[in-house]
Amino acid sequence: MADHDHDHSHHDHGAPLSEIQLRVRALETVLTEKGYVDPAALDAVVETYETKIGPRNGALIVAKAWTDPAFRQALLKDAPAAIATLGDAWRVGVHLVAVENTPQRHNMVVCTLCSCYPWGTLGLPPTWYKSAPYRSRAVKDPRGVLADFGVQLPKETEIRVWDSTAETRFLVVPMRPAGTDGWSEERLADLVTRDSMIGTGLARTPAELAR
Amino acid sequence: MNGVHDMGGMDGFGKVEVEPNEPPLHEPWEGRVLAMVSALWYARAWHIDDSRYAQESLPPQVYLAASYWWRWALGLQKNLLERGLVTQDEIAAGRSLWPGKPLARKLSADVVRTRMPRGNFFREQQGPARFKPGDRVRTRNIHPQTHTRLPRYARGKTGVVELIHGCEAYPDSVVTDRGDDPQWLYTVVFDGREIWGADADPTLRVSIDAFEPYLEPA
Repeated sequence: MADHDHDHSHHDHGAPLSEIQLRVRALETVLTEKGYVDPAALDAVVETYETKIGPRNGALIVAKAWTDPAFRQALLKDAPAAIATLGDAWRVGVHLVAVENTPQRHNMVVCTLCSCYPWGTLGLPPTWYKSAPYRSRAVKDPRGVLADFGVQLPKETEIRVWDSTAETRFLVVPMRPAGTDGWSEERLADLVTRDSMIGTGLARTPAELAR
Repeated sequence: MNGVHDMGGMDGFGKVEVEPNEPPLHEPWEGRVLAMVSALWYARAWHIDDSRYAQESLPPQVYLAASYWWRWALGLQKNLLERGLVTQDEIAAGRSLWPGKPLARKLSADVVRTRMPRGNFFREQQGPARFKPGDRVRTRNIHPQTHTRLPRYARGKTGVVELIHGCEAYPDSVVTDRGDDPQWLYTVVFDGREIWGADADPTLRVSIDAFEPYLEPA
């Protein structure tokens, strides 16, 4: 993998795909034979991130915060403790902070130095979150970034950008859309998009959901 | 280090491009890289900040050209080689040629499925916190040659402590083999104009999480 002196430019990973597959497979063989890794454990890690942990986890937390004022208050005060009350299946760790959008303030999360992201509540980050355009612009021109997502906020709304420079992870609690009184948590969770919990989007409206 | 990874405020990278209905992973090898690194973190082969530092240390043109998961793969290989956990001839051969070194523990499928939480980076405090929420602080103007989590755009800037998270392992120390050296960690918030000048969006506020050695009273 250290060999970068020939032309890799024909693939956007920075190296040809088949070559990458072969090199990664070779590395796994070495690590397995050395006794460092168990392929069955590696399968389980991949399975976890492909099928078990994703934005639905975060959406259910947000929906509960929308419907249960005591949970909302607990979540904003101490997110790991509040989420722990939901059951053992949640593995968000101890470094999570929930931040709430209001009519006065919109929160947006970035990691300018690498791509830190709340994996435990949102799963693996999308490619755009890890990309240079997002990491470079979110802290300087967040309204321009929001425009890339088709989002326009009132010009007086405070934009608060959280740069995840340590192990703390941030989960945005978007504003609850109008016209959702009496909805169940499950139904509300359908309105909570991944991007709305990063702060590059808003929760969907009932009309958008119906489309 | 003042590397190309420290992207906050850079211009010229273009629009944010969103892939509709993007899957968590695009290629099987990406998942294998993620899983190998996760297993080696669990085995305490190295710290998460060693992984970050290995990627930051890639030549800038390699860093920028590589996809996210390919950067992970390059960082993985770098840490394995630097620690003597594998050798270059083994990577070339695609098989083990020498006995492995002992690691603290080995990740199993059972642990993944039942109890693999995210790491806990809190450490026992070494002294009282120097700052409290509401305090005005200035970030230090430092340019270490090695890993740091104080981004360039936020150096030498005045802000306000908003949150105090606790004492955590100090990345700048961890990657230079000086141990956890636990430090208080704060969320410090800056007015956008303090960072980007008088023409900045007046509604913008930016926060970083800053370890105590990054800060001085303002």
